[in-house]
Amino acid sequence: MIPELGNFALILAFCLSVLLGFIPMIGAARNNVLWMSLARPLTVGVFVFLSISLFVLGYSFVADDFSVQFVASHSNTMLPIYYKITAVWGGHEGSFLFWTWMLGGWMLAVCIFSKAMPDEFVARVLAIMGLICVGYTLFMLATSNPFDRVLPFPPADGADLNAALQDFAFIIHPPSLYMGYVGFSVVFAFAIAALISGRLDAAWARWCRPWANAAWAILTLGLSLGSWWAYYELGWGGWWAWDPVENPPLITWLLGAAMIHSLAATEKRGVFKSWTVLLAIMAFASSLLGTFITRSGLLTSVHAFATDPTRGVYILGFLALIIGGSLILYAVRAPQLKSEFGFGSFSREVFLLANNLILVVASAAILLGTLYPMVYQAMSGGDLISVGPPFFNTIFVPLMGILVVLMAIGPISRWKRTSFAHLRAQLGKVAIAAVSLGVVIPVLLTMDVPFGTIGTAVLALWVIFSMASDIKTKIANKSSVVSGLRSLPVSYWGMTLAHFGFVMTMAGACLTSIYSIERSVLLQAGQSAELGRYTFRFEGTRYVEGPNFIADEATIVVSRGGEFYKNLYPQKRLYVASGTPTSQMGIDGRFLRDLFTTLGDQRENGAWSMTVYVKPFVRWIWIGTIFIAFGGILAVTDKRYRQFKVKQSEKVARDNPGTTLAGEIV
Amino acid sequence: MIRRPQTLLLSLLLMTGLLFLVSPVQAQVDVYEFETTAQEQRFRQLSNEFRCPMCQNANLTSSPGGVAADLRREIYRMILEGQTDAEIEQFMLSRYGDFVLYRPRLTLQTVLLWFGPLLFLLLGAWVAWNIIRRSAENPASASGISASDTEDENNSGKDHAPAVVISSEERERLNRLLSDMPSAPTSDNTGR
Amino acid sequence: MKNFKLYIPVAVFAVLAVFMWQGLFLDTRTLPSVLIDRPLPEFELRSLEMGDRLLTTADLPDEPFILNIWGSYCLPCLQENPIFMSAKERGIIPIIGLNYKDRDDAARNWLDINGNPFDLNIIDDNGRYGIDLGVYGAPETFLVDANGVIRFKHIGVINYRIWEDEIMPAIAAIRAGGNS
Repeated sequence: MIPELGNFALILAFCLSVLLGFIPMIGAARNNVLWMSLARPLTVGVFVFLSISLFVLGYSFVADDFSVQFVASHSNTMLPIYYKITAVWGGHEGSFLFWTWMLGGWMLAVCIFSKAMPDEFVARVLAIMGLICVGYTLFMLATSNPFDRVLPFPPADGADLNAALQDFAFIIHPPSLYMGYVGFSVVFAFAIAALISGRLDAAWARWCRPWANAAWAILTLGLSLGSWWAYYELGWGGWWAWDPVENPPLITWLLGAAMIHSLAATEKRGVFKSWTVLLAIMAFASSLLGTFITRSGLLTSVHAFATDPTRGVYILGFLALIIGGSLILYAVRAPQLKSEFGFGSFSREVFLLANNLILVVASAAILLGTLYPMVYQAMSGGDLISVGPPFFNTIFVPLMGILVVLMAIGPISRWKRTSFAHLRAQLGKVAIAAVSLGVVIPVLLTMDVPFGTIGTAVLALWVIFSMASDIKTKIANKSSVVSGLRSLPVSYWGMTLAHFGFVMTMAGACLTSIYSIERSVLLQAGQSAELGRYTFRFEGTRYVEGPNFIADEATIVVSRGGEFYKNLYPQKRLYVASGTPTSQMGIDGRFLRDLFTTLGDQRENGAWSMTVYVKPFVRWIWIGTIFIAFGGILAVTDKRYRQFKVKQSEKVARDNPGTTLAGEIV
Repeated sequence: MIRRPQTLLLSLLLMTGLLFLVSPVQAQVDVYEFETTAQEQRFRQLSNEFRCPMCQNANLTSSPGGVAADLRREIYRMILEGQTDAEIEQFMLSRYGDFVLYRPRLTLQTVLLWFGPLLFLLLGAWVAWNIIRRSAENPASASGISASDTEDENNSGKDHAPAVVISSEERERLNRLLSDMPSAPTSDNTGR
Repeated sequence: MKNFKLYIPVAVFAVLAVFMWQGLFLDTRTLPSVLIDRPLPEFELRSLEMGDRLLTTADLPDEPFILNIWGSYCLPCLQENPIFMSAKERGIIPIIGLNYKDRDDAARNWLDINGNPFDLNIIDDNGRYGIDLGVYGAPETFLVDANGVIRFKHIGVINYRIWEDEIMPAIAAIRAGGNS
């Protein structure tokens, strides 16, 4: 009975989203205040019923209700309680409910934090999100209902949650990834509302920016957690595989980054308006594309959900309807979105344009590589090719290099027009210092000429020195350093931190690719292997039991220069319910390097095969992303987003669609 | 398709459409002795660049599949025999086809793949250059006059009379003033 | 439509959508064999039946035959065994087995229990010959013509429908081609 309650709540959520999708929208078109005012209550209703639905599914997991198909196939009585709850997003149906609930959460957030926006605008935004919610809930009800029952003969016990998912990261990675991903639907709704009303001005950009920043910052964390998880779970030290399922979130992230920068120009200077809108549509489209690829089995991936063509057809139909519709709307309305001001050919606008160019080209290249095998197969009549890391690295690394070069110049350049002399004054010494230190330090440290390292060091120092130089200039006329630093706006710190984090992530990725070493050995108890400056001595294995698995756990004594350093305990697990073997790494993570050990299997004479790795700087990749995300969140808290209250009359907005600041003051 | 007994259950679940597929969770450890570290590096490099023919999407290094282990063994053998990377690639290609190469060969059919990104970059740079040029050439822009539609090539934009009133500096000053006065009634106008 | 450039995004999207729709119905899991129309690779392997004598391509039939990759661990092989048994009983075509990555005793035992449709069983215990054939897991089925050239390959289990709709026509085509 209880699962039916969840199903019923889902149906109600669907019905309310239908109402939400149409009534406020029509209200806004006809200026019917009552109809518009229904947007907020309906949104709350949708969220409440989605919450009930999600809660019921969680309850079914906790109560081991194996008559529910989804529970039976993703849980087991032996599964620890925290995995039972999180198993809600351990498979297609439940994760989609969770995804939809996230959308409901963002809608509720828009409800709450939109007091400063005009009712007409809020009504439109919520209605558009309501329409997206209609698509999601209908998809669940029609093709993948998590409350489907196995009756009349429910299994006695469940098939267990996939062993690979039974990990702490599984508790936090999908929520953050989904939250970031779904957050882009808010910005999308803002963009569409702007297209419908023809109103896109500094105020719009100012409302939009915190949402774009928040979604993007959370997506950063979600991606980073996924990468970290892959690193320590998959057992070969990889942290990014360019898999077709990983690529769409990266595309969304890159387009989101482009959008954040373009929004800045739209807010401050009233330029790139229609481009910003197009980016918002594309970012949202890429998030839907990711859903489509993951859930339709379109492309062969390590971690796609099990496939079902009807689902794919449904999502593609939804994608075509919503993105195709938006792009047509864009084509029709974009001419109304005029830039307010021009800019010189050497200005911050130009550098932001260059930034957008690189980010969009990178996104397009990743999309090209991701979809190329499919197009190739369709065109060639069945021949298969693979496009993998060698391709993506070849394309991506140079583009990011250019981006990092620009990253130092953009923030220092001025809006509208910047003089070359100004840049030279600010960056001349920076360039000399970055190049000289970036060459000298790696050469001295390695007594070699490591080109990759030199390139990485020069680029990283180039950005970091330019930031320092910029801060120094900005606080030069303040009474003290502290008061100077305090006087800088929060959003400036947000940008600086995010840029710093990006450089750190890139530097970590480059350096760990260059300097990681590994060795596979066959060791008997007492034997040891050397790698780098470390000695790994294998002390033997012991049998350990977890809540739902059994394992062989090795003790590996690591010493450095003959002195004891640390014990590592990699495991080889067998999950009892599903009979799945997994490896658990033994990792020592430090700021400058990771030691990483993997237990293979037992061979003759009691010897075990194992791989040991030393991976310098690998942690920088994830630490950098924390800076990026923190910078993004920090920018959201800038006080100008809270101060900016607009209570204008809606009539003016409709009568003068696309009016500029200048036009209106006349 | 059920290939090996240990993956039976996994595959059954897969067939019924129930499983979230994060397949290779079991670390693959081969213990091969190499004569030089250069050989070992080549082994790792090659194992990373070939795709396992039977797995979902994984290179030979990370694949649990039986055939992946066999192929790693063959790569090892060929490296010890002194075969070049090109010969090893040819070995894989003549047996499993282009599918196993993660670095697609440059052929007529993959030209668009390999040069597509460059094409995007040039195309994008050209568009950006046009935007910048039009914005800069427009004498109005320098004095803070609203240029009509700088983002998109748009003839209709020329029909609109530019709304000339205040310069960007004035506008920025206005913005600053207004943001210091949160509830100022004039803030109605900043939004527009 | 005077701002036709603004329609470029929707046009690009439409093209992508068409490809994705097509992509939904493509089989990305079955590798087309690159060995079609190429001679069966040379081998020198033991057989299940003939003790230590090593078999080569010379021991294979001079007429078209089926080469089936199987193993005692392979469940779908069990499923397709009756089809091969009835083909053998009706004398449709010689069937050669390639016992892939299996143990000899397990393979013999399996044949004893389930019936042996194979005229000959080649042993590829370490999977080396399987690699030459581009095999990536049992069961896979090849059709080889009288000249020892591979003409057809099916990956995965063969059921009655596949047998009737794909294998039999392929056999007929090979025989027709061989006569002409």
